[in-house]
Amino acid sequence: MILLTRKAEFSASHYYWNEAWSAEENERVFGKCANKNGHGHNYTLEVTVAGDVDAASGFVVDLKQLKDVMEREVIGVYDHRHLNKEVPEFAEAIPTTENIAIAVWKRLDGKIPGAKLHRVRVYEMPDLFADYYGEP
Amino acid sequence: MRAYFSRRYRFSASHRLHTSAFSENENRSVYGKCNNPHGHGHNYVLEVTVGGPVSPETGMVCDLVDLDTCVRKEIVDRFDHMNLNLDPLFQDRVPTTENLCIEAYQIISAAFDKAEVVRVRVEETSNNSFEYPVPRSLR
Repeated sequence: MILLTRKAEFSASHYYWNEAWSAEENERVFGKCANKNGHGHNYTLEVTVAGDVDAASGFVVDLKQLKDVMEREVIGVYDHRHLNKEVPEFAEAIPTTENIAIAVWKRLDGKIPGAKLHRVRVYEMPDLFADYYGEP
Repeated sequence: MRAYFSRRYRFSASHRLHTSAFSENENRSVYGKCNNPHGHGHNYVLEVTVGGPVSPETGMVCDLVDLDTCVRKEIVDRFDHMNLNLDPLFQDRVPTTENLCIEAYQIISAAFDKAEVVRVRVEETSNNSFEYPVPRSLR
């Protein structure tokens, strides 16, 4: 088995807010991320798939197909959007880097021809990233 | 849902690789230019990974401000612009980046109680890095 990773980038805005809490509580927990006008990041997405190398093609997965699935399922939905307001899964879940990694996993799992999703890594900025391996 | 969260920190420090267990010649031969008598320095990058369930309330594994506060206090403030050889940790141990990485993991995992510290990775230069502990999948 071998792992293969493909990167993609998207730019989006978001803010952190839990409707169940008071404004003071949101500001205390989330700090400047709670500003309801939102702010933005250039996100980097790394999708790692696991599989066996095909004897004929030498591929684990057709990179073009992987790119197309990532584009259709994630980048096309998230890029240049306000995550809280325009992406359905973040109407409920707060679009933290952790929740974005989980949401990307759910969008991609089972949709990559010939390979198994191994890891989703989302960089909010170069010094901060979240990994999700599909663990419950 | 269990997820992993990583954060990178920077500190600059000097060290000299030298052990009293070896002769001068052996030190020279084993450590090469890292044994030069007056030491040298690096811009270290410390990458800390914590894991745990994502809180349904906050959407977070832990508050990164808590992790920042802990790592800055325990590691960055302690080692930044310091000579590693003079730190008590390295009185009987050579301050290789392997040893620094293991010590950083022990310190952070003992001091941080908001999530499990699953890995510490230290980049000594952009071309070499060290990780501890080794992920289960690679054992």
